[in-house]
Amino acid sequence: MSRQPYLPIALVVAGLALLPLGLTSNTVLNFLAFAMIITLAAQGWNILGGYGGQFSFGHAVFFGTGAYAMALLQVRFGINPWLALPLAMALGAGVGFAIGYLSFRARLRGSYFALVTLAFAEVFRISANAWGFTGGAAGVLVPLRIGAEHMQFADKRLAYWLALAFVAATLALTLALSRSRFGAHLVAVRENEEAARALGVDALAVKLKAITLSGAITASAGCLYTQKFLYLDANLAYGPWISVEALLAPIIGGLGTVFGPLVGAVVLLGLGEVTKTTFANLTGGAIPGVDLVVFGVLLILCVAYAPRGVLGLAEGWLGRLKGTRP
Amino acid sequence: MLKLDIFLSALANGLMTGAVYALISLGLTLVYGVLHIINFAHGATLTAAMFAVLIAHTVFGLDPYLAVFFLTPLFFALGYGVQRFVINPASHGSDSNILLVTLGLSIIIENALLAGFRSDTRSIDVPYGFSVVEVGNLFLSVPKLVAFVASFVVALLLWLLLARTDTGKAIRAVAKEKTGAALSGINVDHIYAVTFGLGAACLAIAACLLMPTFLVNPRIGNAFVLVAFTIVVLGGMGSIAGALVGGLIIGVVESLSGLYFGESLGQIGIFLIFILVLLFRPTGLFGAKA
Amino acid sequence: MSALLSVQGVTKRFGGLTAVDNASLDVAAGSITGLIGPNGAGKTTLFTVIAGFEPATAGKVQFEGRDITALPAHVRAVQGIARTFQIVQPFAGLSVRENIAVGAFLRHKARQAALEQADAVGHQVGLGPLLDQSAGQLTVAGRKRLELARALATAPRLLLLDEVLAGLNPSEIRDMMPVVQAIRSSGVTILIVEHVMQAVMSLCDTVHVLAQGRIIAAGPPGTVSRDPAVIEAYLGHGAAARMQAQDIRQAESRGDHPGAPHA
Repeated sequence: MSRQPYLPIALVVAGLALLPLGLTSNTVLNFLAFAMIITLAAQGWNILGGYGGQFSFGHAVFFGTGAYAMALLQVRFGINPWLALPLAMALGAGVGFAIGYLSFRARLRGSYFALVTLAFAEVFRISANAWGFTGGAAGVLVPLRIGAEHMQFADKRLAYWLALAFVAATLALTLALSRSRFGAHLVAVRENEEAARALGVDALAVKLKAITLSGAITASAGCLYTQKFLYLDANLAYGPWISVEALLAPIIGGLGTVFGPLVGAVVLLGLGEVTKTTFANLTGGAIPGVDLVVFGVLLILCVAYAPRGVLGLAEGWLGRLKGTRP
Repeated sequence: MLKLDIFLSALANGLMTGAVYALISLGLTLVYGVLHIINFAHGATLTAAMFAVLIAHTVFGLDPYLAVFFLTPLFFALGYGVQRFVINPASHGSDSNILLVTLGLSIIIENALLAGFRSDTRSIDVPYGFSVVEVGNLFLSVPKLVAFVASFVVALLLWLLLARTDTGKAIRAVAKEKTGAALSGINVDHIYAVTFGLGAACLAIAACLLMPTFLVNPRIGNAFVLVAFTIVVLGGMGSIAGALVGGLIIGVVESLSGLYFGESLGQIGIFLIFILVLLFRPTGLFGAKA
Repeated sequence: MSALLSVQGVTKRFGGLTAVDNASLDVAAGSITGLIGPNGAGKTTLFTVIAGFEPATAGKVQFEGRDITALPAHVRAVQGIARTFQIVQPFAGLSVRENIAVGAFLRHKARQAALEQADAVGHQVGLGPLLDQSAGQLTVAGRKRLELARALATAPRLLLLDEVLAGLNPSEIRDMMPVVQAIRSSGVTILIVEHVMQAVMSLCDTVHVLAQGRIIAAGPPGTVSRDPAVIEAYLGHGAAARMQAQDIRQAESRGDHPGAPHA
């Protein structure tokens, strides 16, 4: 056990923060900022799914709530984005608590929990698509007002660093959580709920805390998404794509680990870009969906051969390298 | 009397669509009843089957009602193979892994279709696509009526297969007690794969019955999959009779709420039923088993 | 000795089946009390009700004089009742130390303190050398010890043991018995459900016998094992009379008086 448990986080974040000093192309900066947003959504999922073992198939419900709240609080109520952001996160937490309260009290777990979260996401998506307040099918446009006070940055690096700061904060939070009593209880509930209850763990309370926290973090990803693209509709905010990416990144990176979502999101999006460009070059035009086909294959391969994700594989290789050293 | 006629025709339409929903749900509930897992790729498999009907019609000029005789065995084989050689080995016997693997499959199928066919919505032209029969004051669509009757025939055949054949007995034995079944010489992996194949075969039949009146695009399965889950949950996981009744109920609910509240709210109605049943009556309306 | 745990008229029905029927028993503070009975007698059901994992249909459970009947399992653990599982339930993905620490976190908020407590308890039950191993890799005997360690780490006043010796071989049972005795010596009261008779006889101060959901006998192991009702419950109707007749014949042939203590 390292005496400086937070040192790896500091090093990784510092490395990521320095990237835009060398790489200045817009494409790269957009990619990095988007990767941080997905990382954030995935970190929210990882707390509930990775540490708590409750697989949600509908984390879009939190992402979308954060994204819509961020947009609507500005557009409809004229609230400054820096204030809208914590409010939107609180709303995400509230939605998390409500869904958790309903599902966990009904003792839904495994496939049933996955399905009910998916259904909630769909209900939110259809409602947002139909309701006038959320802009209906036309969506919401956040007016362009460049300036730090409006959380809109002319310099793309600033947007990236802001997202990175959120990622850094949740990395530290996740590490602190994994070393805390709450973290131990959460993992115990994942491994065996009955045994955990016998040891004095209030399983319902633990799961509720986890989904509430998870909702807040994934909502923050939605907030940053809104500020980056300044446009939303129901299929972007509540669509299945974000539920899938929030779930894939931790599984591919390493389920229930601090760095899993970050590694997974970078691998996933990187691989997606490579696939898209390769196929576009091969066939002379963009082909929709090829990147997702690769994601699906990757998911099955991970479940079959790398249950601890890329990080687990890397750990295994390092271990073998050390072992073979004379 | 016009109002009553509209109501009755919506009701009849709901029942006819509901029968196809029931057929789609049969495969899902069968797989759940035997393997005790949720096949998340069910919707995507249906989409694939609908595209197969489309290809059979546009490339080979095969009528959907004839294609059923080729596609049903083909999808049985595909379902068998996927369960035996992908899902089973990849998931190491863990339920949450099966959920993830079938999610992976659904992502692959849906997006491979998207890559191959783009997101355009397509349909096929058959001479009987718009023919109707008059029953009393109601005009019933012929292909929908065919689908209605055929769904019940398939359900009956499936029930006979489970009740009367040796394979059916083996399936029921595995569903009840797989360790005991394995001890008495039943190849559980084979039976699992057969069950999966039957589920896929039901989807092929459903696709052939749907295509004369429905549209297809790579995401169409999503529209069906939660409906099918709702029906299965409503009817009681693993119950064939439950799937039939659940399918008819959902078909009618969708049709009537579409009539009175508009399409999108009708859809919400289905999801809300799904959530409420899961939260408050997870054994389904008729199911006694946990 | 006063009763630490008092079960008063507990009944548990599952549908039409009465698994436990108006059972009452007291567990004296500082004792090792046994709950025995033939297969299907309702021992595990009664145990589960006491631990709070199933609600009682009727009756009361009191702990240290407080009524705990309505409390959920985790609150009972906080109040000082810990249990083990007959079918061991390790947190397979965690190390032995982390497993025990989950229990230790009940009384220690800080990670360091919980881990230290886990180490101490691990050594106490003989898992010291295995603390860093994954719990999934333990042998059956190791898992039984882990069950015990996790429960102990919650610093209970009452420890409920569900067949901790079942599934162990005779030498493993011999190794385990002093561990249980040492736990009692450290001031923890123990209620043990057990199949292994020899162990019950030598460990317990008092045993309660459950048959077909009812308590049919209670007292020191030596007395209870000679109780005709108990013998009948275990060996079937008429067994007691046959055994008694056999005893008398044997005694007569040796010229002893009937009723002399058994060897």
